[in-house]
Amino acid sequence: MSISTPERRRVRSRPPVFLVILGILGLAIFVIPFVGLLARVPWSDLPELLTSDIVVDALRLSLLTSIAATALAAVLGVPLAWLMARVEFPGRAIVRGIVTLPLVLPPVVGGAALLFALGRRGLVGEPLYEATGLVLPFSTWGVVIASTFVAMPFLVITVEGALRNLDQRYEGAASTLGASKWTVLRRVTLPMIGPSLLAGLVLTWARAFGEFGATITFAGNLQGRTQTMPLAVFVALESDRDTAVAISLVMVVVSLVVLIALRERWWKAL
Amino acid sequence: MAKHRIAIIAALALGIAACGGADAADSTASDPAGEVLVSAAASLTDAFADIEAAFEATHPKVDVILNLGGSSSLREQILEGAPVDVFASANASNVARVVDEGLVAGTPQVFARNLLQIAVPSGNPAGITGLEDFDREDLLIGLCAEAVPCGAFARQALENAQVTAAIDTNEPDVRALLTKIEAGELDAGITYVTDVASTGGGVDGIDVPIDVNAAAEYPIATLVDAPNPGAAAAFVAFVISDEGRSILESHGFGTP
Repeated sequence: MSISTPERRRVRSRPPVFLVILGILGLAIFVIPFVGLLARVPWSDLPELLTSDIVVDALRLSLLTSIAATALAAVLGVPLAWLMARVEFPGRAIVRGIVTLPLVLPPVVGGAALLFALGRRGLVGEPLYEATGLVLPFSTWGVVIASTFVAMPFLVITVEGALRNLDQRYEGAASTLGASKWTVLRRVTLPMIGPSLLAGLVLTWARAFGEFGATITFAGNLQGRTQTMPLAVFVALESDRDTAVAISLVMVVVSLVVLIALRERWWKAL
Repeated sequence: MAKHRIAIIAALALGIAACGGADAADSTASDPAGEVLVSAAASLTDAFADIEAAFEATHPKVDVILNLGGSSSLREQILEGAPVDVFASANASNVARVVDEGLVAGTPQVFARNLLQIAVPSGNPAGITGLEDFDREDLLIGLCAEAVPCGAFARQALENAQVTAAIDTNEPDVRALLTKIEAGELDAGITYVTDVASTGGGVDGIDVPIDVNAAAEYPIATLVDAPNPGAAAAFVAFVISDEGRSILESHGFGTP
């Protein structure tokens, strides 16, 4: 102990130089684009740009749809993760693959797939339209569905991983003591995976907030109805550069604040 | 005007670097060689694919690379320094911006004309008869975004017809709009005559009367910073030649 302690301390105080250099380069890849963005921000016109109808509508819609998508992902994704972690069923490996597919697929492919499945002439969309008159594309619900499609994998993967690593003896003890399955889930399982669940929810929200490709392909682009912040940036880049930069700045700030604030909370929770 | 489109430029540059082939340094207008990067409006997709094939057949040392997209995106890429040789836009204003920045070599030339046409899903299930139907809230109506030529022309035609359209989506380019009409997800949209023709019956076209129609003029220009000016000049000459013209006409374009 008396020998190893100072040794360990020295190692900790001096990280290998090449790791530091590569690490800083790695950080630079994230930082440099944002510095470039900041350099373009028209600071004096910012208040005016950010209170324009387009920006206000887009921010409202983005917050609404990203939160709705996160809620939908929680309601559907947690049970799915539980089934994948706890129930042996044939084709579980295939299900895992399908669930992670939206992570690697170009979102525009996801959007096209959604259009062909849930559109007014789609496989599921057509009977739905004929029965209820509901049209998902070009509606705010379409944005929520597209965002859920691309973002829910983050929740499912995080929660499934946490459930699989969970020591099941606690749940066993609770049911031995007479707790119902629902009580065990609510009072033991969910609290124990709490930090992972929160992490999954935050990642899901962040992905939904930044969603572009599936949304424009499936839900279209109309101010106030389907034009979220990323779509507004895309349209403004070609017609009004200052507005595009201003919206980008808002997206960076909102995302960063949420990610940093919640990250602090997980660490405290752990 | 330099940095935030760097990713696109880098991607284009990498694409060129990766392709190799004959050396552009030995390329002249009379004996072109190497790669030539042509940024062309999305509505030229099919016509320029044929022109590329015909040009490469007569100029075997040249490899034409088509960069297709909304004219306004293409303009932004050029303004940000993309190594483009030729710019073929679907309207005059996008080229004018590039001329204003001093990036065009010589004078842009109009090589094609296009008219607007209403596109509806095959069989016209919503029973659209003309621009007058575009104010119906019960229909799903799509246009190109205002920044894209087809969107600007469509709005001009609607204004000429004194119709306030009940728009459900502003698509980023004409092909995206056409895809949604062909899938039957939109009841109607305004595209070019040539786009309707390109689907081969996938959508039906309804003529827009000539007195309200807005005719698009397509200018083509070589760029001052063209990496391969010889092949660029040869390509432009081919597009405005009789052979280029007949290819454009076979796709429904009018020619000067």
